[in-house]
Order: sequence, then C-alpha cells, then structure tokens
Amino acid sequence: MAWTWFHQLGSPRWFYEKSTAWLPWLISIALILLAVGSIWGLGFAPADAKQGNSYRIIYIHVPAAFLALAGYYIMAISGAIGMIWRMKVSFVVLRAAAPIGAILTFVSLFTGAVWGKPTWGTWWVWDARITSMLILFFLYLGVMALQNAFESEDAANKASAILALVGTVNIPIIYKSVDWWYTLHQPATIKFTEASTIDPSMKYPLLIMVIGFYVLYATALILKTRTEILQKERKAKWVKDLALAS
Amino acid sequence: MTTVNTQQSKGVVQDVSFWAGFLATFQRDITLAYRNQGELFNPLIFFLIVITMVPLGITPDPKMLAVLAPGMIWVVALLATLLSLDGLFRSDFEDGTLEQIMLSPNPLYLTVLAKVVVHWLVTGLPLTLLAPVLGVMLSLPAEGYGALLLSLFLGTATLSLIGSIGAALTVGLRKGGLLLSLIVMPLYAPVLIFGASSVSSAIEGIGISSQVAVLGAFLAFGLMLAPFATAGALRVGVNG
Repeated sequence: MAWTWFHQLGSPRWFYEKSTAWLPWLISIALILLAVGSIWGLGFAPADAKQGNSYRIIYIHVPAAFLALAGYYIMAISGAIGMIWRMKVSFVVLRAAAPIGAILTFVSLFTGAVWGKPTWGTWWVWDARITSMLILFFLYLGVMALQNAFESEDAANKASAILALVGTVNIPIIYKSVDWWYTLHQPATIKFTEASTIDPSMKYPLLIMVIGFYVLYATALILKTRTEILQKERKAKWVKDLALAS
Repeated sequence: MTTVNTQQSKGVVQDVSFWAGFLATFQRDITLAYRNQGELFNPLIFFLIVITMVPLGITPDPKMLAVLAPGMIWVVALLATLLSLDGLFRSDFEDGTLEQIMLSPNPLYLTVLAKVVVHWLVTGLPLTLLAPVLGVMLSLPAEGYGALLLSLFLGTATLSLIGSIGAALTVGLRKGGLLLSLIVMPLYAPVLIFGASSVSSAIEGIGISSQVAVLGAFLAFGLMLAPFATAGALRVGVNG
C-alpha cells in the first residue's frame, strides 16, 4: 500500500496528469530563483580582486557543470529503474534526460571557454576538469546516438539504459584518471587561481543559482518527458480526449 | 556449437558443467579464427599502415618521433582493437548461432568470456607482439620496450572486455561499426592514459609499477563486470 505511488508513477497517464499540476509551481520557483540569483550575482556581488568582472560567468558555468554531471546519474538511475521494474515512464525520462544533459555539458564547456579567453588568454586548455567534461559530453552523445540507431523503441530504451549504467561505473574512473594524467603533464605556463575560499557575498548568489538550475532542470525534464509521453501514447484514448478538449 | 552438442548428446550423460560451455565456445572460436586466417592479419596490417602514416604526416625526425611513439602506438593499438570488435558477435548473430548459445543452459557470462578471450588472443596479443617492431620504426628509446609490451599485454585485454559491451549493444544494428566506436571510445580513455604513460615513465626512468598496477586493476575489474554487461546487452540486442 505504501508502494502505490511508486506503481502509479509507472503509468504515463498518471504522470502526465500529476505533472500538469506541478508545472506552474516548478516554473515559477525556477524563474524566481534564477532572477534573484542572476541579478544578485551579476549586479550586486563584488568584483573579484584578480579577475574583475569576468569571474561572474561562474553563476552560469558552475550550476551548468553541476547538473551536467548530476544529469548523467539521473539518466542512468532512471534507466536502471526501467530495467528492474519495467517502468514505462522511467525509460521516457531516460530518453528526455540525454539531450538536456548534453546541452548542459556543452553550456559548461562553452562558458568555460568564454571565461578562459580573458583569464588564461586561450579558448581551450587540456585541463583535467575540461577534459573530463569533454569525455562526459561524448558519453552523452553516445547514449543519444544509440537511442536513435534502433528501430524498436523497446530495444533502444534497454540498450541505452545499459550504456548509461556502464558509463556510470566508468565516470569516477575516467575522472580520477584524467586528474592523474593532468598532474603528470601539468603545463607550467597556466596557474590555477584556485578559489579555495569563496567570499559569502559571492557564495550566496551562486547557491541560489545552483538551486535555481536544479529546479530548472526538473522543469525541463518534466516538460520533455510530457512531450515524449504524448508522442508515445498518441494512439491512446486519453491523449485523443486531451487533444479534443484543448 | 551445434556439432559439439550433438556429439556430446550421443553419450548417455550430457556434460553441462559450468566450464563445458566456456570450453566449447573457446574451441569453436579458435577454430573459426584459425580457418579465417585472412581476417586475423587485418588489424595488424592496419596497425602497421597507420604507424607508417605518422612520419609521413608529422616528421621523420627521430627525436620528435621518439617523443610521440608511446602515445601513438597506444592510440593506434586502441583503434585497431576497435575496428576488429564489430565482428565479435556479428557473424554468430547473422547465422542464428548467437540465439542458440543464449538458449543453452550454460551461463552466458562464461560464453561471453570465452569469446572475449579468443578475441584478445587473435587481436590484442598479436598487436602486443607486433608493437616492438613499430617501436623501432618510430625510434622508441630502448628503455620503453618492456613497458610497452607489458602495458599493451594488460591493456588490450581490458580494451577487448570493454569493447565487447559495445559490440553486444550494436549487434542487431545493420550499420553498427561507426556507432560502436562512438560509444566505446570514451570508455577507453583511462586505459589509454595509464598505458601510454607507463611507456613514457619507463623512458624517463621513473618506475612504472603504479601504472602497471592500475592497468592490472582495470583488467580485474573488467573481467568481473564487463561480461555481465555484455550478456545483458546481448539479450537486448538479439531480441530487439
């Protein structure tokens, strides 16, 4: 009985109807948090002593990087749930999470490059974290390519779930290896201005942005999942009724 | 596989111990590889040709080549393994043998392991043995050869294991070759890092034990987990 909600979650229709009620809340929370965080971070937080105003890109870069990584785990976990409990919705979430994660990884790489140009004087460096992010981007692209390659949707879901799980095991190994590789080959010209302690006046807007990005991610994921559900269930009666009603 | 089974079923007691499936698959794949000797040499020829392109494309200067050699040999060995992976399950899938293997009572884990071991014996091991010749061509310093052999010996086995997951996932797809490379290559990054760096460390005179230990750990980890993932992927790939 306590598990009823879990079984209900597996029904695409139930998910669609419930998420209709959640969406306005999620969208407004995301908008408020992102507006407060970005106005505070871009307008009111003090400029950095060494980097001036260019550091302000962290208010986009850091949350995007957080979610790029968390998104892979969300994707893999929903794949695992789908494989274990044969839940329809979790495979749809897996499908929806891959492009969102890939875009966030790209955003964090791109904003990193934009920040690197004035700070390091170059768009691209083979730094440990950049390289790990790039490999994460390739892992996302692999999952997406595998999903698109299959004609049967069921096989596509299961295959990409297995690949996502294999990737999950590998991500910590890749991250550590790349880290080790970088300490071995560290170029002498570029020194990290490692912000080991970040001032609270800069930290609070960053925290708000991170939470805002999490809510935004949830919103995007639910929106994409709803679209996929409608497409998948387009022959079902409830979807037809929905289309007629609107 | 089928012939082996009929021969066994003539006897009163049919041997269905764990290792029977492993041994049968192993013998069959070795025999098949031996009978298609032309295919055996293709990854090696690829290895040789790409290494020949390096001085043509970059520079014939021995000093420069010596710097590039460890990484170059490792990258090309990785590519040669990748190219040979597509055939790991494909012909068995196309003639229906794979379905029969999966229907057999033997654990799929061991059957997959046997296929991967044979794949390594016919690609990874020859690549490892050919590597010193290519080292000479790229003027690899003398200190690097031992590390090159050892790292490739351990590393190519891991590459075969990880690659078998990708080969199983793409077995049902008509154009799986390029996709296989796309999904497997990011997973190869750690093996490449430690493999190539063990050779560089040996040349610089630093100990290589840490890199070799990590490569060995990857292999042990791969032996434990990769055949499970491959078996799961085969079930999806064959039915899907």
